[in-house]
Formats: sequence, C-alpha cells, structure tokens
Amino acid sequence: MSIWEYANPKKFTQTVTPLIPWVMALAGLCLAVSLIWGFFFTPEDYRQGATVKIIYLHVPAALMAINAWFMMLVASLVWLVRRHHVSALAAKAAAPVGITMTLIALFTGMIWGQPIWGTYWVWDPRLTSFLILFLFYGGYLALWAAIDDPDTAADLTSVLCIVGSVFAVLSRYAVNFWNQGLHQGASLSMDAEEHVADVFYYPLLVSMAGFFLLFVALVLLRTRTEIAIRRARALRQRAQRARV
Amino acid sequence: MRAVLLRDLRLAFRAGGGFGLGLVFFLIVIMLVPFGVGPEPALLARIAPGMFWVAALLAALLSLDRIFALDLEDGSLPLLATAPLPGEALALAKAAAHWLTTGLPLVVAAPLLGPLLNLPKAGMVWLFISLLIGTPALSMIGTFGAALTVGIRRGGLLLSLIVLPLYVPVLIFGAEAARRGAAGLSVSTPLLMLGAITAGTIALLPFATSAALRVNLR
Repeated sequence: MSIWEYANPKKFTQTVTPLIPWVMALAGLCLAVSLIWGFFFTPEDYRQGATVKIIYLHVPAALMAINAWFMMLVASLVWLVRRHHVSALAAKAAAPVGITMTLIALFTGMIWGQPIWGTYWVWDPRLTSFLILFLFYGGYLALWAAIDDPDTAADLTSVLCIVGSVFAVLSRYAVNFWNQGLHQGASLSMDAEEHVADVFYYPLLVSMAGFFLLFVALVLLRTRTEIAIRRARALRQRAQRARV
Repeated sequence: MRAVLLRDLRLAFRAGGGFGLGLVFFLIVIMLVPFGVGPEPALLARIAPGMFWVAALLAALLSLDRIFALDLEDGSLPLLATAPLPGEALALAKAAAHWLTTGLPLVVAAPLLGPLLNLPKAGMVWLFISLLIGTPALSMIGTFGAALTVGIRRGGLLLSLIVLPLYVPVLIFGAEAARRGAAGLSVSTPLLMLGAITAGTIALLPFATSAALRVNLR
C-alpha cells in the first residue's frame, strides 16, 4: 500500500469522492466556530478595538496563500519526476484557490490598515511580497490558460512554478532589504514573547484549521473536476478519431 | 555555441531588427519621465537612478519575444535543438546574443543620457556599473520566459506578465546600488547581491530554459 496508488485517476476519484463532503463539513464547522468565537466572545484589543478581529480572516488566508504555492511546487516536482497526471492537475487546481487566498489576505489587510496605520497601502516588505506573490499566481494561471495541449501546459507551468519559487524567496529578501516595514512581527511563533495573547490565539488556531481544511476540500474537488474534464476530452478525441 | 552567438548577432545587425530599436525605446522612456513628473531638477535627480533602471528593464523586455519566435517561424529552432550543441549551451548563447544587442548598448548609453534626468556625476559611474552587472540577469531571465512562451501565438503579453515579476529582485538591488552611488553612500551590499543574482541566473536558468524549449519542441 503506497501513496502512489492514488496517482491512478480512477482510484483517486473513488477515494476522494466520499471524503469531500466530510472535509467540507469539517471546514465549515471550524470556520463557523472560530469566526463566531472570534467575533463575539473575545475581548477587544485595548489599542486596536474591534478591528483586531479581522485577524481571523487575515492570518489564515495569508498562511494558506503561501502554503498553496508550496503545495503547487511539490505537486509540480512530483509531476516532473514521476509523470503522474493527478499531480499536475492538483497543482492546476490549487492555483485559483491560492490566488483567492492571496487576494483575501491583501484586502483584509487593507481594510485593517486604514484605521490602524491610517493608510490602505504602504510599500511594506510583507505587503509588497504578497503583491508579488499575487503576480506570480497570475502568470502561472495565464500560462495554463494559454496552452492547449495539457501535457505541454503541465510541463511548462511546472518549470515556471519551480523557477518562480526561487524568485519568490529571492524577492522576499530583496524587499526586506529595500524597505523597512510597518507590519508587525509574526503573529504565531515558538517564542511566546511576540505571540498574540491567548484569548485571540485559540480561535485563531481553529480558524487556521478551518482555512486549511477548506483549502484541502477545494483542491480535492477541483482536482476531481479536472480529472473529469480530462477524461471527457480524451473520450471526445477518441470519438473523433473513430469517425475519421 | 560561438556559431549560434555570431549568427544571432549578425541577424540583429543586418536584418534591421532590434539592435537600434531597444536603444531608441530606452531614450523615449527616459524622455517621457520629465513630461510625466515635471521638469524640476531636484526631483529628477532623486528619481533618475530608479527611472534608468525601470527604462532598461522595459527596453530589455521589448525584444524578448523575438529570441526564439523568429527561429521557430523559419524552422531553424528544431535544427538548433537537434544539433550536437546541448540545449543549455544554446540557451546561454541566445541570452548572450540578446544581452550584446540590447543590454550592452543600454549600459553604455545610460550614463551618457544621465544629464537628461539631471543624474549627479557620482551616480553615472555607479549607474554604469550596476547596469553592467545587472543586465545579464535580465537577459537570462528573459530568455527563460521566451522559451516558456515560444509555442504560444501572440505570447508577447503573457511573456511580460511572466517575466516582469521575476525581474523584481534585479530591479530592487540594481536601482538601490545606483541610488546609493548617486547619493555617495556605500554600494557594496546591493552590488554584491546583484552580482550574486546574475551569477546564479547564468549558472542555473539555462537548465530551465532548455527544459522549456525541449517541451515546446516535442
């Protein structure tokens, strides 16, 4: 029993189909609990007031925006090395989810920034890196959309994803060097000193679990759809060949 | 490899292609800046290093789509790919030809155009050096982008969408080096980072470029 068994599209679809509603439900439960808990049952921050509560959307979305790209990188490498189509399709399926998470993180940050920093946008390293990440997602998606042949598209986007990952890390350090930021330090870390306070911490953890499960559910669903599309395409081509 | 390089250079010179075009484009962009922000000398002097870098970046972008597309059209790209020359060497030669025809003229021209934007004298030397170190990276990254999009009809817009975000680190360190030089500060950190990026792209990107070419010619 190895994980590569699930690289078989049929086996993947069979395994995943009954799982998706459960993951969806669990994600919905986590999000509902954390958002209600966070919005109504945590105290207001003594300096930020009620605006602090956007953290339950902002931090998990930002986390998943980066992790989605990382997942695409792993899936691209698996595709290039082992040529499993499910892997390439999973990378394709994750990109729109990732770009949406990036947008959520950017917009919630802007909404929060207006009352607290007094501006919607500053060229802070973290904000700038996220804008660059957004552009990387855009280029990746555009390349998928521009190429007709699915295998060529999978190969080229995988190469782009790997090169883009290197440049994303490089850009992160470059913008750090380029400008000092307003953005606060890590909300979560092993070092308890810079941590958010416990009252905000636990609902945030639940919210992060919710976003993670939502991401998993959406990627599984979209991958299943991509497999179905690919199969329909193959059937159409076979029918065409039979006619000729 | 040398044959490919010389062939590309000859094509650029004789076929009335991009050689002068990129340079004129560079001049026009620089000329448009004062129209956009106003002719105030102090302001121009402050933004000059960054503007030169942005203009160089756009001019490098302009001629990217012809690196491989013309060869694909006339059928010489499959021949080059099946030649005994490894794909990585082909990528390197193509990038070198692109740099010699668009990057190098810009590097030479930029300090001469310095007075147009009231660039301080100290800045000219550092603008020249930072462009000299940084523009090869632009050509390498651009060649990679061109290889990715060579099979796509009307890939020019897509090419810029893919390549421009990859240019960000080069632009940051290059413009920072030129800015610090113009302000009389120490430039060693951004220049070293810029050199590292250029060396890294020359060492690693030919592999990605040749992989993309192989996929596109399959």
